[in-house]
Amino acid sequence: MNENKFQDKIDSERKIEPKDWMPEAYRKHLIRQISQHAHSEIIGMQPEGNWISRAPSLRAKMILLAKVQDEAGHGLYLYSACETLGVSRQELIQQLHDGKAKYSSIFNYPTLSWADMGAIGWLVDGAAIVNQVSLQRTSYGPYSRGMIKICKEESFHQRQGYEIMAEMASGTPEQKEMAQDALNRFWWPSIMMFGPHDGDSPRTGNAMKWKIKRQTNDELRQSFIDKTVHQAEIIGLTIPDPDLKWNEERGHYDFGKMDWDEFWDVVNGKGPCNKQRLDHHKKAHIDGKWVREAAKAYSKKQKDLIIN
Amino acid sequence: MSENTNVWEVFIQSKNGLAHKHVGNVHASDKEMALQNARDLYTRRNEGSCIWVVKSEYIVSSESEDGEAFFDPSNDKMYRHPTFYNMPEGAKHI
Repeated sequence: MNENKFQDKIDSERKIEPKDWMPEAYRKHLIRQISQHAHSEIIGMQPEGNWISRAPSLRAKMILLAKVQDEAGHGLYLYSACETLGVSRQELIQQLHDGKAKYSSIFNYPTLSWADMGAIGWLVDGAAIVNQVSLQRTSYGPYSRGMIKICKEESFHQRQGYEIMAEMASGTPEQKEMAQDALNRFWWPSIMMFGPHDGDSPRTGNAMKWKIKRQTNDELRQSFIDKTVHQAEIIGLTIPDPDLKWNEERGHYDFGKMDWDEFWDVVNGKGPCNKQRLDHHKKAHIDGKWVREAAKAYSKKQKDLIIN
Repeated sequence: MSENTNVWEVFIQSKNGLAHKHVGNVHASDKEMALQNARDLYTRRNEGSCIWVVKSEYIVSSESEDGEAFFDPSNDKMYRHPTFYNMPEGAKHI
C-alpha cells in the first residue's frame, strides 16, 4: 500500500523528501550511494593535494588550491544529504575507516607528474560530471539539490584540467610525452569509474526503478567516451585503445575491453594507494580530535556563562 | 565525549534587498563557528551579502506528505487572486 503510493510518486517525477515514507531498501541504497560519493570527494583531495606545493606557477597553485577546497565543499554537501536519511556524520566516517563504505577506486592511483593534474581534471572530473549531471534528476530531493549545486561548481574543474593537458601537449616533446603518459595511465580507470557493465551490476534494476539512477553505467560511459574522443584529437593526444572506432550505425564510438580483474583488485584494496589514502584520512581525523574537543568545551563554556 | 556537533541550517541573502534563502546546513559547535563554516561552504563564489544560521532543531516543518489537507483552506478561495474579478471593458491601470 505504502509501497504503491511511493512508486506512484516516483513515476510521476515527484521528489522524495526526508520525512516522506520510503522503503527501507531505498533508504539503504541511498545511504550507500551518497556516502560513497561523499567519501570520494574527500579522498579525492589527496592525489591533487599532493601537487599543491609543487605547482609550476602561482596561477596553477591558486587554481589547484581552489579546486581542492571545492572538493571538500562537495563532500560536505553530500554528507549533509546523506544525514537526512537518519545516519550521523560520525557513523559515516567510521564506515569509511572500517572499510565498510567504499570510495571511487580512481583515487587509489598515484599522481606521478604534473600532467596527472591535467588528466584528473579532464578525465576524472569529466567522468564525474557526466554522472552528476544525470543525478541532478535523481528522485531523492536532498541528493538532487546537492548535485545541482555541485554541477554548477564542477565545470571549472574539467576546464582547468583540459587546459593543463592542452598546454603540455603543445609544449616541448618531453612535456607532450608526460601528457600522453598521464592519458595512458588514467584513461582505462576513468572509463571504469562508471562501474561494471549493466548485466553485471546487480543493483541497477532497483536504482532505475526508484529513479535513484536515471541512466545506466553503460549509457553514461558511452556518453563520456563520445564526448572525450574529439577533445583528445584536437590537442594531439592519442587515447590508448586500438579498438576505439566511430560506429556509424550506432552513432557512438566502439571501444575495447576493460580489465575488470584490475578494477575489482583495486576496489578490494589491492590498488597502488588504497592503504596510503585511508591511513592519511584516519591520521587527519585523529589529529583533529583536539580541535573538536576544544570547540565542544568552548561551546559548553558559553552556555554556562549564559546560565550563570 | 560525543563527537557529534550541532547541525545549523544556512540561509543566504544573495543581494542587498532580497530575501534570505535556504541553501543547506553545516556542522558547528557554536554560532560563530556556524557562521564561518557557512561562509566557507556556501559563499566561495560571492553568493551572498548576508548569512543567517539557525540550529536545525528549532526549525518546525509541516508534513510534505498529506500536505494537501494542511493547505486545503486556501484551495477554494479563488477570490484572493486578482484574476477572479471581472473588469469593465476598457478600464485601465487597475
